[in-house]
Amino acid sequence: MSLFEAKNITKQFGNVTALDKVSISVPEKSIYGLLGPNGAGKTTLIRIINQITGPDSGELYLNGKKLMPEDVQTIGYLPEERGLYKKMKVGEQAVYFAQLKGLSKSEAMRRLKYWFKKLDMVDWWGKKVEELSKGMQQKVQFVTTILHEPKLIIFDEPFTGFDPVNANTIKNEILFLRDRGATIIFSTHNMGSVEELCDNITLINKAKTILEGSVDEIRRQWAANEYEIVFSGNVSMKSNGQYKILDHQYDNDKSTIRLKAEKDIPVNELIQNALKSGSIISFNPALPSMNEIFIRVVESRN
Amino acid sequence: MNKISVIIAREYITRVRKKSFIIMTILAPVLMAALMVVPTLLMMNEDKDFKKIAVVEDGSDLFKNVIPDTKDADYIYLENTDIKDLLKTYEQAGYYGILRISPELVNTRNAIWLYSKQQPPIGLLDHISGSLEKEIERQKLLAYDIKNLDNILKDVKTDVSVQTIRIDESGQTKQTNTGIAMALAYIGGFLMYMLVFMFGAQVMRGVIEEKISRVVEVIVSSVKPVQLMMGKIVGIALVGLTQFLIWVFLTMGIAIAVKSTILKDKNVTEIAQSMPQNMMSENTAQTGSPTQTAEVSPQLAEFSRLFDNAMNQDWLLIILSFIFFFITGYLLYASVFAAIGSAVDNETETQQFMLPVTIPIILGLMVAMGTMQNPESSVAFWFSIIPLTSPIVMMARIPFGVPYWQLAISMVLMVVTFLAFVWMAAKVYRTGILMYGKKTSWKEMLKWLRYNG
Repeated sequence: MSLFEAKNITKQFGNVTALDKVSISVPEKSIYGLLGPNGAGKTTLIRIINQITGPDSGELYLNGKKLMPEDVQTIGYLPEERGLYKKMKVGEQAVYFAQLKGLSKSEAMRRLKYWFKKLDMVDWWGKKVEELSKGMQQKVQFVTTILHEPKLIIFDEPFTGFDPVNANTIKNEILFLRDRGATIIFSTHNMGSVEELCDNITLINKAKTILEGSVDEIRRQWAANEYEIVFSGNVSMKSNGQYKILDHQYDNDKSTIRLKAEKDIPVNELIQNALKSGSIISFNPALPSMNEIFIRVVESRN
Repeated sequence: MNKISVIIAREYITRVRKKSFIIMTILAPVLMAALMVVPTLLMMNEDKDFKKIAVVEDGSDLFKNVIPDTKDADYIYLENTDIKDLLKTYEQAGYYGILRISPELVNTRNAIWLYSKQQPPIGLLDHISGSLEKEIERQKLLAYDIKNLDNILKDVKTDVSVQTIRIDESGQTKQTNTGIAMALAYIGGFLMYMLVFMFGAQVMRGVIEEKISRVVEVIVSSVKPVQLMMGKIVGIALVGLTQFLIWVFLTMGIAIAVKSTILKDKNVTEIAQSMPQNMMSENTAQTGSPTQTAEVSPQLAEFSRLFDNAMNQDWLLIILSFIFFFITGYLLYASVFAAIGSAVDNETETQQFMLPVTIPIILGLMVAMGTMQNPESSVAFWFSIIPLTSPIVMMARIPFGVPYWQLAISMVLMVVTFLAFVWMAAKVYRTGILMYGKKTSWKEMLKWLRYNG
């Protein structure tokens, strides 16, 4: 069942159409990727979900009910451009944002203590934000985003500014939140993290949805009968009527061959063919990366 | 807890805790008190710049010793001295300058010269001409050979002081004082201008800060933009009121403390003379014990009369109107400032929007200052009705008496206008705070008014 649904959202700014009948449906307890080139309309959609602006037409549903202004309490939002008051102390600021999300002061303090301990931030409590490094500020903002235990969390480029260690910590926290029952909308340009984290995606380009579905399915659809075979030793295969060799590499006494099969050729036949060429270490369907799909889809539309 | 009150609390607490706020709050009354006390102290101390002036006549002694010494200068009459010799030696002899009088002065008004290195102060010249005019008058009168001239002169000497009495709507009369009304008009108008401008600009800076640091996007995902805007405006209004009240109490406290210690045993008249008029009346009230009144009677009696007159002002009306016009005027301008702050990316960009906002405020202040000369003029009337200038101009008019119907029209228009401005500002603000990297124009802002929320 969908935790969040947006139906036929349209939004115009003057003569510019930012969103044109965009629909998304986010299953509960999943991570949903919102992808698209710069200026596609992602931020506008996120702002509409956060009720920062309203759509010109279209409907929004949370838990099957119409999205209401009070629902901001159950949504957490980490904007792409992070913002904290520079001159304010970290602890006070975290409490302030929690209060704006409807937590009482004492409850906010209790939860903040837990998170500051968990993410190794206890020493920062009395410091001013401007004294922290950018990555540290990001961490503070991450905590303020999830503190009120939102059912729906929106992360806009959550990993930028983090070193690999902290990026990994945050990634694990995101997965932990999902396992505890949160639903996550995740907007990014980093396709590696999409493959790693997202269950479903929507790709928006020029205000319109051009691709949507589960990540695995989309990759399979775009796979287009490509396979990767690894042989031991220096082995070569030649294109014939059944398949076409795309790539051939040899190193470490291993040969990696990529081929594209003609339609309706059974996989077993391909394997038999390959066996004739040498001893196989592995045989895999070569799924295109989300990066490739992204570029191909967007470029074909432009 | 209501979210808007969380915002108000943050805006208030972070500002009140700032070092600059604390320093300003404490220092301003000290400076204000110093402004009043220092001239007094200076006057009571001996004048360091004491002058000696040589007086010579061109071959006569008509004006021998007619110029009395003052505490600033001695006038030393030198007989049979040649001006040419004296010009060479006067500095060594310690003279500030030489006053040369020709006997022709009786008939020719400018047959008198003061030689000095520096440009002499106006008070000195007034003293000289005043003394000589009196002497020449006396001598001319003497020429008529009237008996008992001195007595007659003493008898005819008069002094006129017009008492002003205001008749209020119910026909009751009150003794008033134009000077006090003017002082109140000045203070009321100027304070209104200062407070509205100062705290309005703070709202703008706060909005820009939130926009630049991108905090605004996080906050408006929790509360409505209009809540954030109003929370900020109200929070800063409370900061303003707090500062104002502390100033009032501290200034009063310092004034009382200074008077009861430093100025206690000095001559009360001198102190009073050096004070601005409104302060004089306050002093009188506080030091006006019967014994002192007796000691320094005429002046102090005058001050206590002034004080009574000041008390006859309709204080309740003035204070209530001030609070009303401060709140509505501040809300009006602060909402415009908030809208401007939301439309720009940094503080330098505000320049192009500031001028149209500053013009009515400055115009209001100028009209208010003119109002003191002629509170009934049609300029004063219209500017005290038009909402953009009415807070300042009306405060300048009230001490002179304003018909209630005019006050009512002004207030109603003010409320209607400030509501309209807050509504429009909220619409511009809502769009502006999320717009980046775009040069905004007035035209653009008008377009935002039509966007959906």
